[in-house]
Amino acid sequence: MTAMRRFFAGGWLTAYAFLYIVFLYLPVIFLPIFSINTAPTPKFPLTGYTLKWYQDLPKTPALLEAAWNSLIVGVSASVLATLLGILAARSITRYRYPGRRTINGLIMAPLVLPEIILAISMLLVMLQLGLSLSLFTVVLGHVLICIPYSMTVLTAGFEGFDRSLEEASADLGESAFGTFRRVTLPMVAPAIISSLLVCFTISLDEFVIAFFLTGTETTLPIYIWGQLRFAAKLPGVLALGTLLLLASFVLMTVAEVLRRRAARRTQNEGGLYA
Amino acid sequence: MTAAAEGVPARRMTRARRNALLQSEPVQGFALISPTFLYALILLVLPILVVFAHSFWTQDYLTIDHTFTLENYRIALTEPIYRDLLWRSLYISLTVSFFTVILAYPIAYFISFHGGRHKSLWLFLITIPFWTSYLLRVMSWKVILGYNGVLNSGLMGLGIIDEPSTALLYNSSAVIITLTHAWAAFAILPIFVSLEKVDRTLVEAATDLGDGPLRSFLRVTLPLSVPGVISAALIVMIPTVGDYVTPKLVGGKDGVMIANAIQAQFGKASNWPLGAALSVTTMLVVSLMAGATVLIIRALQRLAR
Repeated sequence: MTAMRRFFAGGWLTAYAFLYIVFLYLPVIFLPIFSINTAPTPKFPLTGYTLKWYQDLPKTPALLEAAWNSLIVGVSASVLATLLGILAARSITRYRYPGRRTINGLIMAPLVLPEIILAISMLLVMLQLGLSLSLFTVVLGHVLICIPYSMTVLTAGFEGFDRSLEEASADLGESAFGTFRRVTLPMVAPAIISSLLVCFTISLDEFVIAFFLTGTETTLPIYIWGQLRFAAKLPGVLALGTLLLLASFVLMTVAEVLRRRAARRTQNEGGLYA
Repeated sequence: MTAAAEGVPARRMTRARRNALLQSEPVQGFALISPTFLYALILLVLPILVVFAHSFWTQDYLTIDHTFTLENYRIALTEPIYRDLLWRSLYISLTVSFFTVILAYPIAYFISFHGGRHKSLWLFLITIPFWTSYLLRVMSWKVILGYNGVLNSGLMGLGIIDEPSTALLYNSSAVIITLTHAWAAFAILPIFVSLEKVDRTLVEAATDLGDGPLRSFLRVTLPLSVPGVISAALIVMIPTVGDYVTPKLVGGKDGVMIANAIQAQFGKASNWPLGAALSVTTMLVVSLMAGATVLIIRALQRLAR
């Protein structure tokens, strides 16, 4: 009851909040709407319902190849970024040492740097090192920008973690690795999976870095970028975009549910055994 | 003689000390973070240093001339085209961060103070659109603002305008609208976090001492949430200055930004050193602007007290 009253206390604020949500979602909503419209140009009034734009998608070999490439890049980047994220997040949350904040700041820096600068600077170094541009170089770039997100998810998951559980395990004769595998890992598993999903989603949607660091292979965003030049291809792009939207939405919802479960698990079990 | 005899336990002791050192907190912590740290050094610090070095060199067709020169910076700062692009990028990113912060603050406030049990649901609702492809979000604005777009056809359908307006798309306003939408969530989160940290008893104290809701907000809540406002402004300002996709898709000729010029130097124009100098200049200028913004917001905060 009090919660309800508090909810409606800020009357105009509530109204603003709903308007804001509309502003956030409105542009995104147009993609699915026009992807099932018969007219090839996206304008109102809608002309009719069709799924033909979707049916055309699997008949495009270039698209299928791009999707496959995106899958490879996304899986590799998310696994690598999460591994590096686990090490760093564990170090940041568990240990105290000089330079800790500086190192953390450096690892998080890609989050606030213009992507174009990250992209061209990595491009320069890779060309200087004689690496030929390929999906591998895209993975390297994606790992760099995924690590900060992975760190954010993982440090949150590791922070609520009760250290006395690990100490108990060590006192009971478990080795350091055994403790990690049998005590730490099960508790932080949801955070790790959440990090994998977040990183995969970022990699799947990332354009600028992939655009600069890829050779001849295309990922899905690069494919879409290429299609955007042709007005006639727009409905297909809208259909593909809708599918990507859906994929991101599902992945992020699962990641969020897992993140919450992780938070609850570390808190509850800590309380249970304390 | 004695020295040799004493050498053994001494060596044993150093080994013991070394083991103690290896098991000490700082060393273990550092060892654990070192792979990630190294990765950031190799793919972030080294590349930025390489860009910095390139900006002082020149390129003659395909070979790089390694003699030191400031010529690239002269071009970057004095050539009208680059100067204009840089100014426009700064203007756009400043405007975008201003609007995102102004629009985001009430939402962050609403969630923090009136969100009740649904705080995390609201936050989730707000972040969801931002996990969808940036490219697609920009594209959907193109669909909205275009000549045959949603807004034009909607306005014509309502009889407000007779023919499609071309003023909506391909200019810097289109870039500003798109970027303001694209970065909204990034501004909400830091402000929300700092509002959560505001001690509610302070607000109550202000109310008890006779401050109205507006006054207690202006004198307690707002000044205390300044750190969030600052980080929100910076987290939007710095990346948007170098945005490539939005100006390219919705900017047209009037909306081109510095990132498009940088890309051209690494692509068609193939002048890496100039591209590097433009990148370094952009980073420096945006850092200066960010610093100035922090100072101005802090000054305003002091005035509010």
